[in-house]
Amino acid sequence: MQIRPILAALRRHRLATLLIAMEIALACAVLCNACFLVVQRWKLIQINSGVDESALAVLTVNGFDPSQAADLNARMLTGLRTIPGMQSVTLINQVPFGTQAGAAGISHDPGSFKNTIGVVDFVLGGPGTYQALGLKLVEGRLPQADDYRPATNFAPPDAQVLVSRALADHAWPGESPLGKDFWCDKLHFRVMGVVDHLARAHPHDWGTQATEWTVFTPTLPGGSLAGTYLLRADPHDLPRVLHNARDAVAKIAPDVVLDQENSQTVSDLRTTYFESDRIMINLLLGVIVTLLGVTALGIVGLASFWVQQRRRQIGIRRAIGATRGDILRYFQIENFLIVSGGIVLGMALAFGLNLLLMQHYELPRLPVHYLPIGALTLWGLGQLAVLGPALRAAAVPPVVATRSV
Amino acid sequence: MFAYYMELALRSLKRNPVLTALMVLAIGLGIGASMTMITVLHVMTNDPLPERSAHLYTPHLDPLPLDYTHGGNGPDPADNLTWPDAMSLLRAHRGVRQAAMAGGTLLALPVQSGLQALYAAGRYTTADFFALFGVPFEYGAGWSAEDDAAGAHVVVLSDELARKLFGRADVVGRTARLGELDYRVVGVVSRWDPAPQFYADSTGSQFSDIDTFFLPLSVAVNEDLPVSGNESGWSDDEKAGSSKRGAAMSWLQFWVQLDTPAQVADYRRYLVNYSAQQKALGRFQRPPTEAALFGLMDWLAHRNLVPNDVHLQLWLALGFLFVCMVNIVALLLAKFLRRSGEISVRRALGARRRDIFVQLGVESALIGVAGGTLGLAIAQLGLWSVRHRPDDYARIAQMDPSMLAGTFVLAVLASVLAGLLPAWRACRVAPALQLKAS
Repeated sequence: MQIRPILAALRRHRLATLLIAMEIALACAVLCNACFLVVQRWKLIQINSGVDESALAVLTVNGFDPSQAADLNARMLTGLRTIPGMQSVTLINQVPFGTQAGAAGISHDPGSFKNTIGVVDFVLGGPGTYQALGLKLVEGRLPQADDYRPATNFAPPDAQVLVSRALADHAWPGESPLGKDFWCDKLHFRVMGVVDHLARAHPHDWGTQATEWTVFTPTLPGGSLAGTYLLRADPHDLPRVLHNARDAVAKIAPDVVLDQENSQTVSDLRTTYFESDRIMINLLLGVIVTLLGVTALGIVGLASFWVQQRRRQIGIRRAIGATRGDILRYFQIENFLIVSGGIVLGMALAFGLNLLLMQHYELPRLPVHYLPIGALTLWGLGQLAVLGPALRAAAVPPVVATRSV
Repeated sequence: MFAYYMELALRSLKRNPVLTALMVLAIGLGIGASMTMITVLHVMTNDPLPERSAHLYTPHLDPLPLDYTHGGNGPDPADNLTWPDAMSLLRAHRGVRQAAMAGGTLLALPVQSGLQALYAAGRYTTADFFALFGVPFEYGAGWSAEDDAAGAHVVVLSDELARKLFGRADVVGRTARLGELDYRVVGVVSRWDPAPQFYADSTGSQFSDIDTFFLPLSVAVNEDLPVSGNESGWSDDEKAGSSKRGAAMSWLQFWVQLDTPAQVADYRRYLVNYSAQQKALGRFQRPPTEAALFGLMDWLAHRNLVPNDVHLQLWLALGFLFVCMVNIVALLLAKFLRRSGEISVRRALGARRRDIFVQLGVESALIGVAGGTLGLAIAQLGLWSVRHRPDDYARIAQMDPSMLAGTFVLAVLASVLAGLLPAWRACRVAPALQLKAS
């Protein structure tokens, strides 16, 4: 099949050709960037919190005087532990995707704001919390009984802590973090171990680099570590256990207020936390599908028009020996050429759009491999859309040539 | 003539129902998606107090030291005022009315037995607040400047909270327990929820928070009640940098009513003079010209309450509308050119190019009206789904009459615009050539 006559024919339909090519170009630009956005969000949602989410729940009460903290903790721990199916009840200040309790800036030097490392989440945990969370130690040692000390300020002084691998890599790149010191204002900390993953309470809020900048600080209950409890139970049992625990609070401590919003399973907290991202993904997918649909409809509409317009020419070609396959291929190749033109323009547009998004929405650069995927999709779409009209064209009988209209 | 064109357009659209349906669907989808997002943006940038916003201003000073650098994501401490500055502005009484305020959440205990204690969000403020913003009272009234000065334990409740605590709304004179203290109820206000809550600190939920009680600010300071907004200190000195009365901790919002341009200019001068005076005293370090006075809408624009995601979704929707329009241009072109024969006959019978152009324009506009109707339905569906989002602004996503009309205008405009090029191309068809060919 020769391309020359096809090009010559297209030149006579410049406006329509241009319109389809433009539609393809726009679709290509939006498709590549929308897919990229979907993948970005998807990665965000897939974040590894490092804890056994399905087995954990958090229960928060407030409205008590700090002086009653120790008494309240004792009552709550004994009371909640009697609930059937409860595997453990321990103290914690925050869980991933819950309310943020302790974010603070840390630095390599005491008391100064120079040589800073960044703002990290301090996860304070009482005895047993480390085991209940199900964290994975990759280096160093686990907290021992005497590592748990009372918090005088917001954290215990000179605490031995565990840091996440992400924080260790950021603060001491290429070095072993074990035994390293850091400060939060005048408060001193020393690293005793590294955990594989531990997400902060609001991983979104701190940029993609810092989603796991966390410090696990062993702390004795009391003072600032009170009122928030980590419950662990069998995943199948957890909703019932949490429900019973929420009911039990009224009996164990009638004077405090149960914080409904912050008394949920960690899986539910995660779902709520990522709700708007999920909506955004669905929205983007919806836009992609309708956009491709609309583009395909445009191609079908215009191709049908051309077929109708060229019935006589098709008839003549058939009468002088062209097979049905020839006619079919003619329209397929024509579509391929127009779509290719659109894709070339679309790639430039896609990068332009990406640059714009990068400026306004802190998005990374569009990886090059999105372009061939987008191109293949649009070629496929074009061929699919033109198939119907092309088959109709191929069905035009040679006798049409001899009729006047 | 118009009626005739309408008839022609209807007949032409009926002749090819599939193609017509496709075009209506395309414009409906594009308009629906765009109008959903335009409405969301519209309600988010809405004027929360249309009758008063033109006269409401918020003064801003910059008490931060020169070497203070604002780190990353957090709110700017200079957005709020310190206690000494707010009290100076209040005492100077340069505006028609003025009030200082801060948000707070307190545990409220119902008087009726058997009800759970609940957390209530409210505002600590000064006497002028209610008159300044025009808060409607159902029972009683606000407190006086004397109550402010004396730190009187009085409270104004919202109708909603009064019903939750007492089971009824006319509770003036009764005692409400909030936090650790008892307050005498002096007034009950009916539902008042400007969205966005422009006068609140930037860290709150601007579109979903409603104040349920109002307490004198002096009580909050005397009793050191918890503040729910951002409290930023910039001094190592415990007393100045982290106590409510401290000169190096900002936590208060301030609003003032200024009725004439002269008053506004005076107030601006006063702020600069005040800053210069504080600089001379050594309290401020930055140039006095940093002092600013924002009008209500300017302040909202400055705060930029619209999240990035909403902007992104708006651009997506508009981009989608554009693709739909290009699509309609192509389809209309096919449709109009297919009728070259008919157009040639009309031209040969004496119709001018202009007549053909208008006739085809009417046909595109008709598609626009149909598309607008469909788009309206789709936009309502879209807004319904927005209202079910977990976002702060979900509650207020509703279409008002102006948006409703806007939908139709946009739809007709888009389709007429899309029809221009094909109509121009079609009315240039050479009649003789066409007639001969057929």
